[in-house]
Amino acid sequence: MMAPSYNAKEEDGHQPGATGHGGAGTMTNKKPDNTAFKQQRLPAWQPILTAGTVLPAFFVIGLIFIPIGVGLFVTSNNIKEFEIDYTGVDMSSPCYNCSQSYSWNNTQSCTCSVHFSLDQPFESNVFMYYGLSNFYQNHRRYVKSRDDSQLNGDKTSLQSPSKECEPYRSSDKPIAPCGAIANSLFNDTLELYYIDPNGSRTAIPLVKKGIAWWTDKHVKFRNPSGNNNLTVVFQGTSKPVNWRKPVFELDPLDSDNNGFINEDFIVWMRTAALPTFRKLYCIIQKKPNNMTPTLPRGEYILEVTYNYPVRSFDGRKRMILSTISWMGGKNPFLGIAYITVGSVCFCLGLVLLSIHYRYGKRNNSAEISS
Amino acid sequence: MEQIHWVRHCWQQLVATESGRGQYTAPAALPTKTSPVLHNTQGLTGKRRTVIARHGRHQHEYHSISKGCQGNGIRTTKYSLLSFIPMNLFQQFHRAANLYFLFLVMLNWFPVVEAFGKEITMIPLVVVLIVIAIKDALEDYRRYRFDQKVNNNIATVYSGKQQTYVDQRWQDVHVGDFVRLSCNEIIPADMLLLYSSDPHGVCYIETANLDGETNLKQRQVVRDLPQQGSELTPENFHSRIECESPNNDLSRFRGYMEYPSKARVGLHNDNLLLRSCTIRNTETVIGIVVYAGHETKAMKNNSGPRYKRSKLERRLNVDVLWSVVLLVIMCLTAAIGHGLWLRNLKEASFLIPDTTSPALSGFYLFWTMIIVLQVLIPISLYVSIEIVKLCQIFFIQNDVDFYNEYMDSRIQCRALNITEDLGQIQYVFSDKTGTLTENKMVFRRCTIAGVEYPHEENARRLEVYEEDEAMGCSHTLKSRASAKSLSCKSLSCNRSSVSLHTLTGHSEGEEPPSPTLPQQSAFSSPLEKDIVPDPFLVQKLNSLSSPLFLLKDASMELTYIVDFFMALAICNTVVVSSPNQPRHVVQVPEVSCTPLKSLEDIKMLFQRFGLPRFSTLSPPHTTESPRSFTRRLFSRGKAASFTPSPSPTPTKRGTGPDGEPNLEASILSIKPVSNPGEDGDRGYEEEGEHGSWKGEENKMLHLTLGACSGLGNSNGAQGPPGEPGADELIYEAESPDEAALVHAARAYRCTLQGRSLESLLVELPGMGSLAVRLLHILPFDSTRKRMSVVVRHPLTNQVVVYTKGADSVIMDLAESPKGAEQSDGRQGHIREQTQKHLDNYAREGLRTLCVAKKVLEEEEYEIWLKRHAFAETSIENREELLLESAQRLETNLTLLGATGIVDRLQEEVPETIEALQRAGVKVWVLTGDKQETAINIACACKLLRSTDQLLTANCGSKEACKALLLELRAEVERGEAAEGTSGFTLVVDGRTLDFALQEDLKGDFLELSRRCRAVVCCRSTPLQKSHVVKLVRDQLRVMTLAIGDGANDVSMIQVADVGIGISGQEGMQAVMSSDFAISRFKHLRKLLLVHGHWCYTRLANMILYFFYKNVMYVNLLFWYQFFCGFSGSVMTNSWVLIFFNLLFTSAPPLLYGILDKDVSADTLIKLPELYKSGQNSKAYLPSTFWLTMLDALYQSLVCFFIPYFANAGSDADMLTFGSPINASALLTILLHQVIESCTLTWLHVLVLVGSALFYFSFTLVFSVVCVTCSPPTNPLGVDKLQMSQPLFYGVCALTTVLALLPRFLFHALRNSISPSDTLKAALMDQLNPENYCRRMQRWNQTQAQSKARGLVINVEDLDFKIPDFILPKEL
Repeated sequence: MMAPSYNAKEEDGHQPGATGHGGAGTMTNKKPDNTAFKQQRLPAWQPILTAGTVLPAFFVIGLIFIPIGVGLFVTSNNIKEFEIDYTGVDMSSPCYNCSQSYSWNNTQSCTCSVHFSLDQPFESNVFMYYGLSNFYQNHRRYVKSRDDSQLNGDKTSLQSPSKECEPYRSSDKPIAPCGAIANSLFNDTLELYYIDPNGSRTAIPLVKKGIAWWTDKHVKFRNPSGNNNLTVVFQGTSKPVNWRKPVFELDPLDSDNNGFINEDFIVWMRTAALPTFRKLYCIIQKKPNNMTPTLPRGEYILEVTYNYPVRSFDGRKRMILSTISWMGGKNPFLGIAYITVGSVCFCLGLVLLSIHYRYGKRNNSAEISS
Repeated sequence: MEQIHWVRHCWQQLVATESGRGQYTAPAALPTKTSPVLHNTQGLTGKRRTVIARHGRHQHEYHSISKGCQGNGIRTTKYSLLSFIPMNLFQQFHRAANLYFLFLVMLNWFPVVEAFGKEITMIPLVVVLIVIAIKDALEDYRRYRFDQKVNNNIATVYSGKQQTYVDQRWQDVHVGDFVRLSCNEIIPADMLLLYSSDPHGVCYIETANLDGETNLKQRQVVRDLPQQGSELTPENFHSRIECESPNNDLSRFRGYMEYPSKARVGLHNDNLLLRSCTIRNTETVIGIVVYAGHETKAMKNNSGPRYKRSKLERRLNVDVLWSVVLLVIMCLTAAIGHGLWLRNLKEASFLIPDTTSPALSGFYLFWTMIIVLQVLIPISLYVSIEIVKLCQIFFIQNDVDFYNEYMDSRIQCRALNITEDLGQIQYVFSDKTGTLTENKMVFRRCTIAGVEYPHEENARRLEVYEEDEAMGCSHTLKSRASAKSLSCKSLSCNRSSVSLHTLTGHSEGEEPPSPTLPQQSAFSSPLEKDIVPDPFLVQKLNSLSSPLFLLKDASMELTYIVDFFMALAICNTVVVSSPNQPRHVVQVPEVSCTPLKSLEDIKMLFQRFGLPRFSTLSPPHTTESPRSFTRRLFSRGKAASFTPSPSPTPTKRGTGPDGEPNLEASILSIKPVSNPGEDGDRGYEEEGEHGSWKGEENKMLHLTLGACSGLGNSNGAQGPPGEPGADELIYEAESPDEAALVHAARAYRCTLQGRSLESLLVELPGMGSLAVRLLHILPFDSTRKRMSVVVRHPLTNQVVVYTKGADSVIMDLAESPKGAEQSDGRQGHIREQTQKHLDNYAREGLRTLCVAKKVLEEEEYEIWLKRHAFAETSIENREELLLESAQRLETNLTLLGATGIVDRLQEEVPETIEALQRAGVKVWVLTGDKQETAINIACACKLLRSTDQLLTANCGSKEACKALLLELRAEVERGEAAEGTSGFTLVVDGRTLDFALQEDLKGDFLELSRRCRAVVCCRSTPLQKSHVVKLVRDQLRVMTLAIGDGANDVSMIQVADVGIGISGQEGMQAVMSSDFAISRFKHLRKLLLVHGHWCYTRLANMILYFFYKNVMYVNLLFWYQFFCGFSGSVMTNSWVLIFFNLLFTSAPPLLYGILDKDVSADTLIKLPELYKSGQNSKAYLPSTFWLTMLDALYQSLVCFFIPYFANAGSDADMLTFGSPINASALLTILLHQVIESCTLTWLHVLVLVGSALFYFSFTLVFSVVCVTCSPPTNPLGVDKLQMSQPLFYGVCALTTVLALLPRFLFHALRNSISPSDTLKAALMDQLNPENYCRRMQRWNQTQAQSKARGLVINVEDLDFKIPDFILPKEL
């Protein structure tokens, strides 16, 4: 198939005048150019991997990786993390009742309070997550079931959402936001109270701002433009079936957090990679000009407005409190892995060293000995 | 401008289908693809074509008849503008790979299985289609331009309206047109020769464009034309031509011409002027076009490039099937997993409610997964392999070592996809003549009438030549090269007409042919020309002319000698030309030379020749008459006319001491040149514009005048010394043997001076020039193995048949008992002696030819003539009848003698063969020569060593053959058991080979030959050659290579896995059918040992790398399925996913396949043993494949699970999770290649770094720009965020290091503990020159020693060779 193109190459070498008749024309020289490239003599580095040559690499890797691993491990250990499962599987669990009376269309909300205590104070900003387990947000059909241009504020998509949203595309009016992801928005409300040693409950301020990525909040998700009044904008659309309130009323407190740019919604829409995941719920900011920790040691109450059903697929719901470092959340794995790989490399370097001394000499005299 | 033309042309193509322009159709499929109209005419006329003049009276008849004939315009383009897209698409979808892509695209259109965006799945397909379409369009455009150039060439065509010849473009020439051509013009279409300015109605054509043969071929005007002689007037041409329908047989043309008088005359190949040949030596010719355009034989002979499937590709296909199996397994796993997962799941809020059962969902998912994991089938591999092979061929083509300066030719790669097979050859089958040897036939010695003439001087001369040949020959060879280069070039154009390039060059008119250049013809280097006569034989010839010489018996021998040389001189098809007038054939002069001579001269001439000539007409005795004639002739006292000249140059005119011979010589010398002189006269008037010609002709005239004017001037007229003398004739022969014999005869002053259709001019010693009437030539063919001429003897006026041919045939024919008793005894003796000498010659390695003659009685001749004429005119079975007719004539021959021709080995043949044997390649020589000759050559080229045990197999029956084979095998087994013997060489002759190749014996034969180090098959026919190759190839399952130079090697070349043609002196058939064409045998060494090795290792490594790359990447997606409910999700943006294979990681492996170099060329040549790694497919064993797969599996596990654990339980979304996986996979894949590469040049660095940068910048830009694109996997912000986080780099670094660790370690350990030979050689490459030499020496010694222990190759031979290999390494 490629043949003629090769010919083209060959003929390029010929000069048109070369085709005189009976050899009467000028002699053309078909001698190939004696260049390094054409004669395949380009200067080249020839890496030959032998025990002797790879030795340094192993030691260097070992020496670099072990400190990094130690650093990562220490960093990870300094991160404080607290996790509590409030699904209510056990009879003893405070949310057991709520978890039993489940329905998406429940108008009556069920609340439960989970008591927990922190052994250590959380110093800097604390990130509060909700975690779901066995929830396959990465299911292919689920992932597809959204309309990015609708979420980007496109008016035509608002009125006629993408087919991918089926069957959550329209009820009688087009659904905004359409699709299964939006439809299954996590709708538990979590509130955190600190119980003073004296027994009084102090609500801990949970900041909802800044939990979504900046690009998502400002670029990817946008309310349909044209009118500041979202009610008008979303006229002619209906709320997702499982939602209790329409999209423009998601945050009754902050009018800038409504519509598609609601940060909880945005966070939910970023589908998690693995079936066990956590999502940022809010941030507990460090108290300014105060030496007391963000979350001091002591007793706390987690007030859950229990809406989100997970029992049907053996899901779990968790609340996670975590501080954060330069490497993100707590994760001892990476540090251990680095240390392990580093040590393995170092040991292999030692093995190779011995091999080098055993075989290296012999190789050099291989031809003589035989 | 060109483009616009092309567009217009395409449009015209589309609109004007009736334009009379030929449509291109593939040559192979022509019968079925020709237009239906043509079919009809074929049906009517029974596969014949009728042609009548286009501008005659029968206009309407012409139109009806020639409706089905194509115009002369050619179109080799495949597409027109509008048909390009549909046709190109149609053709592309014939490829399985593209169909697979298409299937995937279609699959993606089903919503239930859709994996990612429809448009994204189309990308690979679209990219491949577009790339190939662009390439096709460019090629097509190039072809179009060639076509245009050719079609717009100008030819002089007779116009009916203007009643004269007008210039027309080639494309406007039609069947039935009259075309007038001048000398050196190219023939625009296949034409029937109707008129030639030559008085004998002859014209010469050069077919170099067609078959590469540079010698002139004679063509003849149709016999018995009504207006014979005068220039043809097209209006009066009313004959009707019936001929066969267009076909591709260049050497056959049959038909007849029916005159208005209803008389018919047969037409054959001699009457046909073939398109793209060149008219030579003839002023003007006129012909009528019978085939035009694509129906011409030249176009029909155009076949495209050859396609073979290489061994590596066959292996690759197996592994692709394994990939398919793997894919199916993975998809099934996912499908089953998905079904089970769904069944255990109830009412999950993340499930989209539908009614499909889990099982059905599983089924859908199977197809989804096929789309997701499509990359596992390395479709891009096929495209990549083709690109890599093209580049490999580019490098082979550009290797300066394959450049032959004499011929100005490079290696030609005709097959484009078997480069790596060169690295796996296990058996080489070589032709002998022209392949191992030079095919420069040099007359060495002869035997006449049972007496041997050893030609010692000649032998000495040959030895001397061997040394300074390079210098001595360079001039002649150079000039020959110009002719050769033409043919080589014409071959390079595979698709379009062979002639196109030449034509293009012509039409540009840059270089009008300048006849002033000394143009030497083939087979006439000084080596071949200058033969030193044997003094004894010269003496005999001299004594012939001495008056004292009267002994009857001895004179009997003399007749033999004269006849012998006469036969050598005339029994051939050699064309004579003179160097001053290149390509102008010296013809037999007509009587009209006389005007320049004085009356005195004429009188002398008559006195000398007239008397004997007419006086010897009467006696009809066979043997008596020449003798009596010579006696009478030579008794006139012209002894001095012949002086044996010890100088290597042929005897020059006027060397004799006394005046008489001088005079004679000068008179005679007029004759050869006088006719051209006349031509020159005409040339003055008609071709005034050829300025350069004028001077030449002037000189010729001057010469002629000078020569004729008298005695004293003859020497002076020769011109300045150094300029070739006027009598220096150039012989152009079809085969080198012929030329050698004519030159030999010439050394004995038996000179062929000219040739015309009806007579030959021969100068005999002491007798001067004689015109010999040529009655018939029965040309050589391989069934008869001989050729004959029938002449009327100039002296006896008898009809004499001279035959020369292979000794076996002639000996048999000469054996048949003759009527006369006295001659029987003598003949018997001669035969006996000759046979003895022949055996000696063969032992010496000479090629032998026997020469015989026969005198025909007039009646006998009449009878034969009648039947021969019938055979010649018959249309059906003409060949068979002619053969039979020839056989009838060539009986009861009188053996005259035999010649021994030496054919020297090419340079470096022994070294090459030795290198091949050291490389573990078995070399077989298949030759048509005699056993002794073959063995001799085998010894000379070191195929056969003195220590080898020679096994010869000659037997007459199958049973004997079987017994012999078993016996030989037992002997070999005994020999193998015993220490000391080094090897066996089997020599088989043709007859035994016939038995051995039979079904029940071939096993034994193979078993025997397998144990032999070399096999020589002698006396083998072309068919046997191919059978042997086929047998070995199929039964032993080995890679075979056949190399040859002649037409008899074609079948062998085609059968072998790799066919190599040597573009030598025997035309171009072998080259045309070969995969690679080289000019010398020695090139085989570098071609196999270096390029073969490189191509194989490169390609094998690249293929493995491709598999690795795909498996590694695809498995990442597969592991993810375990964490997404087997739902077919991907954690990567789908564009990145598609581009990953298509863009980010495609260039490095290509470079790897093109440039990687495990060992330097120097070392590969010096250590042929390294070749064995390719032979044993070391680089690509099934185990290597599976190891690579395993490594890929491991790497993908690492690449997936380290990011997995790093992200487990975190808030990472899918793309954030995929980002480090992708990045580390990319780094791993690229660095993996660095580990695998043997060499890294700046190009590698550029491409590797470029690929990585490309990936990162692409994802980065994509993550910034892409707001709502690629819906399910919108990457906005992901990679930007990731790349700003240190953890990302931490994960990538750890993953990459851990993934590459095992391979890195494996390489280091293997290379340290048990390094392969290749690696040792590579290590050697890194040493400094001094150490390198020392190490090389040691290597060779150890190799030799281990060989000696293994009883494979003798030690001594290698030990001697070692110093040769230790050359100072170039710095």
